[in-house]
Amino acid sequence: MCVRQRNRLHLEVAMIKFLLMVNKQGQTRLSKYYEKVDIGKRPALEADVVKGCLSRKKEQCSFVEYKDFKLVYRQYAALFIVVGISDTENELSIYELVHNFVEVLDKYFGHVSELDIMFNLDKVHIILDEMIQNGHIVETNRNRILAPLLALDKMAEAH
Amino acid sequence: MSDVVEKTLSALPSLLSLDSNAGAGKLSSTSKLGNLIRGITELTSKHDEEKLIKKELAAIKEQVASPNTTMRQMKEIMVRAIYCEMLGYQASVSYIHAIKLAQQGSVLEKRLGYLAVSLFLNESDEFLLLLVNTVLKDLQSTNLNEVCMALTAVSQMFPKDMIPAILPIVEEKLTHPKEVIRRKAVLALYKFYLIAPNQVQHIHSKFRKALCDKDPGVMTASLHIYLQLVKESPESYKDLTVSFVTILRQVVGGKLPMDFNYHSVPAPWLQIQLLRILAYLGKEDQGTSEMMYDVLEESLRRAEMNHNITYAILYECVKSIYTVYPKAELLEKAAKCIGNFVLSPKINLKYLGLKALTYVVAQDPNLALPHQMTIIECLDHSDIIIKRATLELLFRITNAQNVTVIVEKMLEFLRQSSNDYSTVDLVGKVAELAEKYPFIKQDPLNLCNGMQPDIPNNFLRLLAEGFDSVEEDRQLRLFAVDSYVLLLQGETASLPQCFLQVISWVRTKVPIGLFPELSRYIFPSILLIFSYYIFSYYDVVLMFSFEYFGSLDTVLRQRAHELMILSQDAGLRGRVLSAEGRLEHVDSSLSFLDGHVSEALAAGAAPYKPPHQRQEELAHEKALSLEPYGLSLPVSLSTCSITDRLTDRQSPTRLSISSSVSGNSTELSLKGGSTTLKLDGVKRVWGKEGYLVQQPKEVVEETPLPPTELPSPLGSFQSPVSQTQTASPGPEPDQERQQLASSLFVGVGTHHSVCLMGRTEAAPQRFRRKPKGTGSSSGTSEHSSNSSHSSSGTAAGNTLDSTTAATGQQISQHALGHPPVNGNPIVETPGPLPPVRDGGVAAEIPTGHTDSGTLADPNEDPVPVRPRDLPLISHLPAELSGLARSKLTTLCPGPDPGLALSSCRVYKEDALVLVVFVSNNSDSTLHRVALRFTSKQLEVLFQTNTTFPIRFSENLPLTVSTGEYGKMWLSFSHDVKQNLRLITAGDQSPLTATLDTLRDRLHLHVVDIIGSEGIVACRLLRGQPCLLHCRVHADSLAVWLRSPIPEFPDSLLYHCQKALAEA
Repeated sequence: MCVRQRNRLHLEVAMIKFLLMVNKQGQTRLSKYYEKVDIGKRPALEADVVKGCLSRKKEQCSFVEYKDFKLVYRQYAALFIVVGISDTENELSIYELVHNFVEVLDKYFGHVSELDIMFNLDKVHIILDEMIQNGHIVETNRNRILAPLLALDKMAEAH
Repeated sequence: MSDVVEKTLSALPSLLSLDSNAGAGKLSSTSKLGNLIRGITELTSKHDEEKLIKKELAAIKEQVASPNTTMRQMKEIMVRAIYCEMLGYQASVSYIHAIKLAQQGSVLEKRLGYLAVSLFLNESDEFLLLLVNTVLKDLQSTNLNEVCMALTAVSQMFPKDMIPAILPIVEEKLTHPKEVIRRKAVLALYKFYLIAPNQVQHIHSKFRKALCDKDPGVMTASLHIYLQLVKESPESYKDLTVSFVTILRQVVGGKLPMDFNYHSVPAPWLQIQLLRILAYLGKEDQGTSEMMYDVLEESLRRAEMNHNITYAILYECVKSIYTVYPKAELLEKAAKCIGNFVLSPKINLKYLGLKALTYVVAQDPNLALPHQMTIIECLDHSDIIIKRATLELLFRITNAQNVTVIVEKMLEFLRQSSNDYSTVDLVGKVAELAEKYPFIKQDPLNLCNGMQPDIPNNFLRLLAEGFDSVEEDRQLRLFAVDSYVLLLQGETASLPQCFLQVISWVRTKVPIGLFPELSRYIFPSILLIFSYYIFSYYDVVLMFSFEYFGSLDTVLRQRAHELMILSQDAGLRGRVLSAEGRLEHVDSSLSFLDGHVSEALAAGAAPYKPPHQRQEELAHEKALSLEPYGLSLPVSLSTCSITDRLTDRQSPTRLSISSSVSGNSTELSLKGGSTTLKLDGVKRVWGKEGYLVQQPKEVVEETPLPPTELPSPLGSFQSPVSQTQTASPGPEPDQERQQLASSLFVGVGTHHSVCLMGRTEAAPQRFRRKPKGTGSSSGTSEHSSNSSHSSSGTAAGNTLDSTTAATGQQISQHALGHPPVNGNPIVETPGPLPPVRDGGVAAEIPTGHTDSGTLADPNEDPVPVRPRDLPLISHLPAELSGLARSKLTTLCPGPDPGLALSSCRVYKEDALVLVVFVSNNSDSTLHRVALRFTSKQLEVLFQTNTTFPIRFSENLPLTVSTGEYGKMWLSFSHDVKQNLRLITAGDQSPLTATLDTLRDRLHLHVVDIIGSEGIVACRLLRGQPCLLHCRVHADSLAVWLRSPIPEFPDSLLYHCQKALAEA
C-alpha cells in the first residue's frame, strides 16, 4: 500500500504544504500553512520539523524526508526558512523560491534582519500572500510581488 | 545578495537589544506590540512562553471589548493575536474583530483585517460568512487597493456556498484594464475551481481568454487552472498544446520583460509549470508529443547556465521528456543531461540527479551504467537522504542477479533509519522484491541475519499507532504484518520477544470482528512462525487459540484448532515440522489428522464440507452475503480468478522481471501472498476518482536502445572508474566499490541474457497489459464503439447514406400527395447476412441505446412537425406490438429532411429487437429505397410494408435465484470492480433507485436486495451471463462484476456508468 500511496501522490498536483521561518534556537518567527493543521498540533509539528533541519550539517543536502512529505530548508545566518512540500514537488525549484522570497524581503526592508521580520510580521505575510496561494507559486516577479504592499505604504504616508 | 542578507542577519544578536533598527524603529519601544516582541525574544522556557501568552491574551480580550479601542489600535491587536496563534495559542476572541477590521477599517487596516482572517480562520469556519458582504462591497469599490485585497482574500478562502454571490463580479474583473486585478481575478476563479468545480464550468471560455492575455502575469495565473484541468482530463485540452508550446518557446527565448527573470533565467517557475502541463498532455499520446519535442529540446539546450534554478528546470524537463511519448534522440539527450547532475559536487544537485535517474532507469536500466560508480559512492554517502534516494534508484534496476545485493543494502539502511515512514516504505520494497524473486524467501536467514530487533519493533509501534484514514490504516496494517512476518522468518534470536509482542498486540488492538481479514491473515503467518520456533510458549498459544475458538469465522476456528493440536502433541509436531522447521514439509492433505477427524465424527461433529459446498449452503440460508464468495474461501480458491488473469503471461519470473523494468508494481501485488493484498492490486487500476492513469514509465515501450549508451561490459565498467578515481581515497576501497558495482549492476547491461530477457519481455508484457489497462476505461469505449460500428452504428449510417442517395434520385420523379414509403424496397446487401452468433461480443452491447445518444440529438432534429410520429409506432409488426419497448428515437437528422430514420428497441423474451423506421416525411412518394447493411453480426429481418424491423441482440435479464447466483459466482473467473454513482430518487433507497435505473435502462435482472447490498444478473442473448454484486459504500456503489467472458464485465460496467450518468 505504500506503493499505492506513492502512485496516488504521483497524480497529485505538486504543492507547498507550509512555510516556516525559524531561528537557530528553534523559535518560530513566521508560519503559514496551506493545508489545514490544527493550531494545537502546530507547535509539535514545527518542533519536529526544526529538529530535522537543524541537526543537519552544511555538507548534507537541503532536502529532508519528513513523514510522507519533504522539507526543503535554507539557512540565512541564524534564520532558517523551511518549506514542507508534497512528494511530487520539484525540491530545487522550491529551494530557489525561498531565495527569491528572501530577495524580495531584502528589497523591501533594505537589509532584512530577523528583527525586521518580527516587527513587520504583517508585511512579511502580505508579501508571502502575493507569492504563494493555496500552496501554489502565484507570482515570482519581484516588482509585482511588492506592488500592492508599496501602494498601501504610500496611502499610509499620505494619511 | 544573499551574502548581504547573511551578513546582516549574523549581526542580529547585537541588534536585539536595540530598537533603533530600521524596521523596529517604526514602532515605539513602549508599544504593546513592541513589548510582546521583546518578551518573545527573551523567552527561555516553554513555561515562560505560556505565562507570557496567557497574559497577552487576557490583555487582548480586555482591549477588544473596550468601546474606546480605535481601528488603529485594533490593527496592532491583530498582529499581537497573530503572534499568539503562531506560538500555538488560540486567540479566538479576536476572530470576530478581525472581520470587523476588514469591514470598517481604512485601507491599511482593512488589509490587516483580511490578513488576520486568512490566518485565523479556515475554509469551513462559519465566521467566513460574515465576510461575504465586506468582500462584495470591496470588489465593487473604486479604490483599486481594496479590490485587490478583496480578490486576494477570496483566492485564499471563501465559503463554497457563497460563490454565486460574487462570481459575476469576479468574472467582470477578468476584463479590468489593470493587469493586477485581472491576475487576481483569475486566481480567485482558480480557488473557486478548487473548492467547487461545477460552479465555474460555464466560464471555461474565459479561462482561455486569460491564457491568451497580453500580460504574462495573467497568463501565468491561468496556468494553475490549466494544470488542474489538464491533469483531470488531458483529452479535452489537447487542442491547447500548441498554445502551451508557443508560450514555453517564448519564455525560453527570453521574450518576457526583464523583471520576470530570476538570476537572468526567464521566469523559471513558469517554465516548470508549462513543462508539467506538457507532460500531462503528451503522456501516451504520440501525436501531441510530437508537437512538443522541439520545445522540450530547446529548454534542454537553453538551460545550460550553471545555476540551481536552471537545474530545477532541467529536472522538470527531463521528467517531461520521460513522461511524454518517447523519442529516442530526445531521451538520449535528457539522459546525458542527468550526468551533469549526478557528477556535480553540489549535494543538492546530486540528490536531484539521483531522483531524475530513478525516472530514467525505469525506462531503461542501461542508463544507470554510466553512473554506476557515482551511485556506489552515493550509497555510502554520509547523508541518509542521499542514501535513501540511491536505494530508490537501485530498487528500479533490480533483476534476478543483483537482487540479493540490493536487498542487503536496503536492510543495512533499515538498521540506521529512524523515520517510520521510510522504514515502512523500504520494508515494503524488500517484501515486494522477496515476492518477485522467490529464492530470497528460500534463504531468508541468510538475508536477514543482520536484522536488528528494533526494526520489528518499529513496525510494532507503527502497527499500534495506526494511521488517520481507516481504509489506509487497515491496508497498512495488513501490509505491515506481511512484512513483519517476512522479517521474523529471519529472526531466530529475538523471535520469542517479538513474537509475544505481536500476539499481544493482535489480541489487544485488533478486535476480531473489526478486522476479520486481518486476523484471518495473521493466523497462517503465526503458524508459519511456529514452524520456525519450538513451542515453548505453550500457554500463550493456548490462550490465543481459545480466543479464536469463539470466532464466527470457520477458517479461523479451524486454524485455531490446528494450532491447538499442534501445540499439545509433541510427537505430531515433530512429524509435521521437519528438522529445518519449514512449513513446506507439512502434509497438505492433513492425513495426520485423520484419526482426530474420525474421532470427532464419531462424537457427533458435522462432516467436513468443501468450501464451495459450504458456500452454497450459506447462500441458501442467508440469501445474500458478501463474505462467502470472497473471503472465507481458502486462498487457493479465491485466487484462481486472479491467476486466470495471469495465465497468458509466460512465467512468473519473467513477469516479475519485466515489471521491475517498467517499475510498476501492480503486477506484483497481483502475485502477492494474500487474497486481500491481491485484490488490492486489482483494484488499483481503478482509483477513487475512476481509472488511474498508468504510470508514465510505461509510456516508452518501443524506445530503441541508444547504441552509444551501451558500452561493452568491460568498457562500461572502466570509464566511470577512471572518472571517479581521482576522487576516491585509495585503491583499496576503489576495488571494493568495483566489486560492489559488479554485483549491483550485474544483469543491467544488455550483454546479459537475463537483462535482455527482461527488456525484450517488457514490450510484450506491456502489450498484454495495455489492452487490459485501456480495456477498463477508454478501452471500454473503444470496445463498445467498435461493436457499435459493426452493428447499428454503421448500419444506421449506411442506411441513411444509401437511402438518401436513392431518394435523392428518386423523389423528383414522383408525384405529390402519395402515402409514404410504398411497395417494394430493394435491399442491397454485400453478402448473405448470417444470423447473430451466440454470445457474439459485438452484439451484446445495447448499441441502439448508446448510439441514439450520440448520433441523434432530438433538439437538433430539423424535421419540425412529424404528424406521422404516432403512426410510426403503430407500424410495428403485430408480434412486437404488445411488448415493452423504448421510446422512439431519431437516429440521425439526415441531410435530406424528407427522409427520417428512427429506431426503437423492443424487448422480447429471447431477443432484443431494434426496429429501425425509415419514413418519408416529404409529400412525395418513394418508390425505391436502397438499404445496405455492412454488419455481419446482425440478424436482419425485413418487413416490406412500411417498416423494416432489424433485429439486434442485447444483453437480456437473466432470471436466476439467489442460490444459483451464488453457484455461478464462484465458477466465473473474470472479475472487475468499480465504484459507481448512486442515484437518489424520491423515497426509494439509493440502492434500490440505482438498481432500478439499471434494470430499466439495461434490462438487468435484480436478483435480490438485502440491506445495503444487491445482486444483479444478466446475460448475452442466448449466451454467457454476467453477475453483479453491488454494495453501498459511503455515497457510491461498489460494484463487483464477474463473468466467464473477459470483456463482458468491462463493457457492462461502461454501460452501467453511462446509464447512471444519463439518469
